[in-house]
Amino acid sequence: MRQMQSHNLWLVAPAALMVGIFFLYPLCFSLYSAVTLDGGGFTLTHLYKAFDLYSKDMLFTIFIVFVSVSILASLSVTIAALITLSPFRSLVGLLAFLYRLPLFIPFIVTAQMMRTFLAKNGLMNNAFIESGLLTPMETISFLGWGGIIITFVWKQMAFSTLLISGAMAALDDSQIQAARNLGASRFRVLVQIILPQITASIGIAMVLSTVTIMSVLSVPLMIGTGTPTMMTADMAFRVNSYGDYHVANALGLVSYCICGGLAYFYLRQNLKDKGAIS
Amino acid sequence: MIATQKQYYFSGISIYSVRFSFWLQSLFILLLALAMFGPIVNLLIWTVTESWYFPNSLPSQWGFKYWLQVFNPYSDVSGSLLTSLLIAILTVVVCLLVSVPAGYALSKNSMPFRVFWMLLFLIPQAFPNLTVYMNIARLFYDFGLNGTLLGVVLVHSVHGLMFSIWISVAAFSSTDPMLERASRNLGAGPIYTFFHIVLPQAAPGLVASCIFVFLESLDEFTGTFFVGSPNINTLPLLLYTASMEGNYQIASITALILLVPSILFMVIIHKFMKPEMLSKLGK
Repeated sequence: MRQMQSHNLWLVAPAALMVGIFFLYPLCFSLYSAVTLDGGGFTLTHLYKAFDLYSKDMLFTIFIVFVSVSILASLSVTIAALITLSPFRSLVGLLAFLYRLPLFIPFIVTAQMMRTFLAKNGLMNNAFIESGLLTPMETISFLGWGGIIITFVWKQMAFSTLLISGAMAALDDSQIQAARNLGASRFRVLVQIILPQITASIGIAMVLSTVTIMSVLSVPLMIGTGTPTMMTADMAFRVNSYGDYHVANALGLVSYCICGGLAYFYLRQNLKDKGAIS
Repeated sequence: MIATQKQYYFSGISIYSVRFSFWLQSLFILLLALAMFGPIVNLLIWTVTESWYFPNSLPSQWGFKYWLQVFNPYSDVSGSLLTSLLIAILTVVVCLLVSVPAGYALSKNSMPFRVFWMLLFLIPQAFPNLTVYMNIARLFYDFGLNGTLLGVVLVHSVHGLMFSIWISVAAFSSTDPMLERASRNLGAGPIYTFFHIVLPQAAPGLVASCIFVFLESLDEFTGTFFVGSPNINTLPLLLYTASMEGNYQIASITALILLVPSILFMVIIHKFMKPEMLSKLGK
């Protein structure tokens, strides 16, 4: 038995080595590079410089993440709840098809769609003009913070709704039936029976969405307007224009810290779920 | 569900409120449909636009001029398409080679530190990966891997590893251990048993994992942006450059090319992508 176990370790080793060399090592290196001088000593100057130059962009990033995740959470819960509780089955089928549409559409394609759709003379404004809601002079371009939020929500909604409606579908149906039989309205069933049982899933969906928003480079580059911009764009700029890895890594450190608290929750939840099963 | 419906009608709520909530939900779905299809339709219009200026609501000139440009054998697009496909296929191969043994080993509950290994492969998805790509690019530069096909394939593989390993673990877990034991009892070796008994049972799941890795690699932008440029020009990089230059027709046609495999595969694995299935993943 012992021999078989060591066999199994050899089977996992190549994959583990790949993650170790090509992910964990660069990850540790970025942390190290953020707080050391070229010669070696410990320093906080890179962090100071990062805060000095980019504190506005950090706040902007936090703002974008917060607003996008809030909209995502409320939209995803609404759609998932409609799918689980709506008495109109034909509408539910339509809704299930609609929300899954962007699931496999790449971010870069979404960014390109939105770049043309949300522009001052994009299809959205043109539709408003044609329907008489706006005159051509009143239209405004949504490229900027609004566009970034719209793009992230549009793309991430499929994934987070899939996770949340999966959690709702896994619930015991008899509880919902019992609550309904006792006279609870559908809204009350959602708030008092369903939501308390799926908070972990909502949390995981939101953490994963946050990490995604903090990793995507194409959206702020293609939808953003320059300043203020998201930290991802700043990092790319710092590296490509100045070759300044220290400040870029210091910015990376800050973005880890923003995600870190959330990722902690995510990993702990996962550990708890897995620990209970295996 | 029929029971719920009946109960709804008999629960004393007036027919008007049922009608009202039906129209309210229909309105919500209509708005959602407009929001979902609006950008897609806009992209499709741009692919057949020859000129579209303010204040025209629709293009003033339609045509396929830019399609001819894109599918010209000397254009960048056909070259990038081949590079992208080559990278995606190589990434799938690397991921399969690494994740089939790992997935098989991790599907056994006797595996020591199983939870630890599973979490290890989740890490690339739990951290913002832009900083990591940046530093990989710096590392690769020292080894001469920057701007090479191998470098890009490695970066894409690490990114796809989470999907391929988690899905293969699920695939191998669903195989019947009794068949494996029977095969061994009848005198077959472990390698023969694996390839003739275990692997065919896990094949559908492995195919699904390949599809995921293929799509992830095809659509990957950030890693290629740091590691591949300027020598390796994949479709997403081409799309980005075209879009930043204001060449919206070329960018839209490239985007449409990227959309085709995504939609194709979505239709194929539609059966696997039920929310109920997703909640079982990784167990």
